[in-house]
Amino acid sequence: MSLVRADSLTKTYRAGDIEVPAIKGVDFDIEPASFVAFVGPSGSGKSTLLNMIGCLDHPTGGTLKVLDTDISTLDRRAAARFRGDNIGFVFQDFNLIPVLTVFENVEYPLRMVQEWPKDKRYAQVMRLLDAVGMADQADKRPDQLSGGQKQRVAVARALVSDPKLVLADEPTANLDHDTAYRVIELMKKMRDEFGTTFVFSTHDPKIMGEAETTFILEDGRLLPAGNKEASHV
Amino acid sequence: MFDVIGISSRNLSRYRRRTLLTLLLIVIGMVAVLLFIAVAGSFKSMMVGQFTDSVLGHLQVHRKGYVASIENLPLNLNMKPAMVAKVEEALKHNAAVETWSPRVKFGGMFSNFAETTSIRINGIDPVREAATTPLLPGRLLEVDKAGALVGKGQIVIPVLLARGMKTKIGDTVVLVATNRDGSVNGKTFVVHGILEGISGPGGRDGYIHIDDARDLLRMAEPEVSEVAVRLKDFSRLGPVEAQLKQALEGMTNKEGKPVLEVHTWADLSPFASLARMIDLMTLFIKIVLVSIVLVSVMNVMIMAVFERIREIGTIAAIGTQPSRILSLFLAEGLMLGLVGTVAGTVISLAAIYGINLWRPTFAFGQQQNLVFAFGQQQNLVMAPGIAAGDVLTIALMVVVVAVLASLQPAWKASRMDPISALRHV
Repeated sequence: MSLVRADSLTKTYRAGDIEVPAIKGVDFDIEPASFVAFVGPSGSGKSTLLNMIGCLDHPTGGTLKVLDTDISTLDRRAAARFRGDNIGFVFQDFNLIPVLTVFENVEYPLRMVQEWPKDKRYAQVMRLLDAVGMADQADKRPDQLSGGQKQRVAVARALVSDPKLVLADEPTANLDHDTAYRVIELMKKMRDEFGTTFVFSTHDPKIMGEAETTFILEDGRLLPAGNKEASHV
Repeated sequence: MFDVIGISSRNLSRYRRRTLLTLLLIVIGMVAVLLFIAVAGSFKSMMVGQFTDSVLGHLQVHRKGYVASIENLPLNLNMKPAMVAKVEEALKHNAAVETWSPRVKFGGMFSNFAETTSIRINGIDPVREAATTPLLPGRLLEVDKAGALVGKGQIVIPVLLARGMKTKIGDTVVLVATNRDGSVNGKTFVVHGILEGISGPGGRDGYIHIDDARDLLRMAEPEVSEVAVRLKDFSRLGPVEAQLKQALEGMTNKEGKPVLEVHTWADLSPFASLARMIDLMTLFIKIVLVSIVLVSVMNVMIMAVFERIREIGTIAAIGTQPSRILSLFLAEGLMLGLVGTVAGTVISLAAIYGINLWRPTFAFGQQQNLVFAFGQQQNLVMAPGIAAGDVLTIALMVVVVAVLASLQPAWKASRMDPISALRHV
């Protein structure tokens, strides 16, 4: 069973009277526990696709099912609930909350979205911080961390509520190559450890090679894709 | 709830200087309002107390039409004994009434055998009058025997009259008055005391014993011009007035209309408008406070939302419900209001306590040419105080306004599109 399934998926933005097609009828399947990259140049539609998979945006046409839920049927609140229950996010700029400590940033989805009891939260947060190698930095504020450390914390935050799917839009764009590589390795390790599906977008050729399945986007269309060996990257 | 408060308090600590500045504005506003209410309230109480406790009483009962003609002190509108009995019965049965004093009021001529002038006289029962207007004995600047307000055959005259007529304690004077039938009668009195005058109705009247007044006016039966009433609790003035009106409306004339009327001190004194002006000023000060809180909190919350757009996008993307985002920002406003209120209240109460320890005095004498002349009484002590209800009202108002001021920015934050917010630079 596919974790994410897109059929003839389209997304068109409207600017006044002008229609700008961003995604032009793409079909794909993403299997559970896979490590998937959407690659392509800027403006190819990677972020639009990830936004739709993350229930942040609605398709204009076709269907997109995430965990068997047609995301076009979700209203604002239901989409927020769906994201909170099933999807973790890793952002290009880390997007940690500056006034909260590392521990509190990772704790945030459990505290403010899923409302876990305090004692259970502590164990879960420390488990994730330990898994990403940031347990000893738990009391630090984001401004006391390096870019790589921030992204590790962001990965821990994305995984803390045990989501089925983690979406990472250009997660390594603001990191040097070595750090970027280590973050991708960490994500892969987390996939192995927690069985979570990771879907990320990138235009870095070295990073895209780390994906097990690669979808190549160009001008809103999906080029022939397949497993790592089959893709034309 | 505590999670929301916890995160919101962290957010407030993000820009400490701005948060402190906003709190400072709220605190200054709170202190200004509470101090104004306390001081103005003290001044108003002192002013009202001067009128009610030395001249008017809290309430007065008259025969219908008397107050409309009060400048003439019409003897034909005195209350007959049956009316007085009805009034006294109503007063006796009202638990809120502390005491009352019947008065016979009239205008007459005052002569020291060398000069003659007009005078307004109150015929009183000295014991009951002193109980009803307890500050009246204190207005006696000179008296020939301590403790007694006025006895039979004695007169207490206002100080301006005493000076103008060069009359002193122990002098014999003559009062001449016209009774309701038009005949003139005169009676000699010994000056027993010189009374400080105060502004307002009755503030420059003389006093004689009520029996002497009836004798001078040759009343066939013990009529009364007015009954001044003192309540146990001044704050119950409105309800007691209504109760007395209801109790007395049963006494009607041939046309079936009530023959008695009840007035509060405010109906009888032009200074009631001054008291109302103080209330109005208090209202304006409250409006200023609301504006300060509204503008400062709204400003800080609008800035908070604007500066945290990407953060709002992040928390929305990871599944935070719009209602929770709304509550996060509302909680910030709530905390600003609560902390400002607590600090403002503590500082205000400390300042009020300090003023009461200091006990500043003010001269309201006529020589000082102050607008509010309370006779020649000097060194009236200002003792500001504030009711718990006022503190709670202001505190609640500030907190509610702070939350309301946060509502629009919080609503905007909760409705933000996560994608646009995440793209915000």
